[in-house]
Amino acid sequence: MTQREAEGELESGGWHRLHPLSLLVRTGRATIAVLLIVIPSLLAGGHDFFPLVFVAVAVVTSTVAWLVTRWRVTDGTLRIETGLFRRQSLRFPLQQIQAIDTVRPGLARLLGLAELRLRMAGERTSAGRLAYLPEREANELRARLLALSRGQEELTPEPAERTLATVPVGRLAGSIVLSSTGLSVGLGIGVLVTVLIVAPGLVAASVSGGAVIYIIGFGQALWQRFNSGYGLTLAEAPDGLRLRSGLVQTAAETIPRRRVQAVRLTEPLLWRPLGWVHLSLDIAGSQRRHGENRAESRKLRQILPVGTRRQAGEVLAQILPGAPAELSRAPRRALLKSPLRYHWAAWGHDEVLAVTTSGRVTKATDWVPLSKVQSLRWVQGPAQRRLALATIHLDTAGRNVHSAIRDRDVDEAGEILVGLTEVCRRARARERNDGAP
Amino acid sequence: MRRTEVGAAALLVAGLAAAFGTASDGATAGAITGGSVLGLGVVVAWFVERRVRAWGYLERAEDLLVRRGLFVRRLSVVPYGRMQFVDVTAGPVERSFKLATVRMHTAAAASDARIPGLSRPEAERLRDQLASLGEAQASGL
Repeated sequence: MTQREAEGELESGGWHRLHPLSLLVRTGRATIAVLLIVIPSLLAGGHDFFPLVFVAVAVVTSTVAWLVTRWRVTDGTLRIETGLFRRQSLRFPLQQIQAIDTVRPGLARLLGLAELRLRMAGERTSAGRLAYLPEREANELRARLLALSRGQEELTPEPAERTLATVPVGRLAGSIVLSSTGLSVGLGIGVLVTVLIVAPGLVAASVSGGAVIYIIGFGQALWQRFNSGYGLTLAEAPDGLRLRSGLVQTAAETIPRRRVQAVRLTEPLLWRPLGWVHLSLDIAGSQRRHGENRAESRKLRQILPVGTRRQAGEVLAQILPGAPAELSRAPRRALLKSPLRYHWAAWGHDEVLAVTTSGRVTKATDWVPLSKVQSLRWVQGPAQRRLALATIHLDTAGRNVHSAIRDRDVDEAGEILVGLTEVCRRARARERNDGAP
Repeated sequence: MRRTEVGAAALLVAGLAAAFGTASDGATAGAITGGSVLGLGVVVAWFVERRVRAWGYLERAEDLLVRRGLFVRRLSVVPYGRMQFVDVTAGPVERSFKLATVRMHTAAAASDARIPGLSRPEAERLRDQLASLGEAQASGL
């Protein structure tokens, strides 16, 4: 298919099907797993064809699913129709897109396919997934959907981008080794080796049997971190932030800038001597989404798995320009209530942003755009009452960042609450006037 | 600011429990259990009464304040424009006392503004008021 034809087809707004090879990707992994089990037993002269029935069923169901699924873009909405027995017609108003991801599992990459995932706010059951499309079509469609979501002409070419930060592999590996998971795996291996040396034999075998499972579990978590951070490139474009990463399964996401609910910068204790930081951001959405595994959805969007302070500062200046630098600390008597937290507890704000720092061992700094604050909560526990302290929570629609101004003097907290309510109101009014939805 | 009315209900329930205690057993045993249940009921009622009296809300021009709690005190400020939806619920106990709970939902899961024990007409008035104000001042995510 030539470029021209493809564009014409996209323009027509007719119904499209997913790529036929997506069958192979969807059933591929399960099929390979089953075949790996079955073939050796067949070769050994067994007659256990039963698992092959599963493969056949999987192939048939996914073929049917493929046949009944189609999608189209009309009137600023993406429509997906699917289901044989239970017809489902999904409509996604493009104005409300939070972000669009392109995900490419290893097998799909081999076949030149990609999956598009639409992120909507508050979406719980029916995520907009188009799995799978030919890679080029997926990229074009993504650019087009993003253009539509900004209310622009449909076929505006994808705006050029500027790279903000990249993550070298060495630093990524180092950061994972110095993380708590990395250290536990190291410890596990250490214990295993010690046991093997000190007491080889039956006891060691049984002990190491347990330890191996433990290490495999953690190893998987490490692998996921490594894969999601590998070759990560953060770029800035007029339509938002572009993130690209992955070694085997690659992912590319575009996050419109006005969808950012909060940004969090963390500095784990072990990284501090190296001057490394972790930067992540929060967008609106439910805690867990259909079609995502737990680890994927619980995580914040890491936009910089590991970077230097200077890099983080540059990125921050791009995402949230003009962050207030001046922070005021919590009163000294807060040391009695939260001895470990006191060291980092501070906050500051201006007309656009609020900054809070907290954390016990790992220092976390949160930036919250005041126009995104959903509600303010003033909370005072019994210990705080005795010390005349109070905490103010800034609630946003994000999934994971819970920004709080901790342990302030009661009178000051009262003033903050009144003042912030007013500043948030002004920030909201400004955003409304700017016309940004 | 209005006070909620669950306290009176709790007192009634405690009294009923005491009466039931007296009726079910013998005379002396009944008196002892009844007395202790009543005593306990009074203590619980005192706590509930205080807790309920700490619960209050205030409608302002642009936002709603909800205050609650004694042990851990909370005060939420929820702008009308941030309200995603309002619901009014009434469980069986609430229904028998003609009460209802109004709950406001924003896009943030953490901002839980709940006002229990409102009289039915007041709950409906509040719901309509919040819905219309929310629509007038709505702002996107």
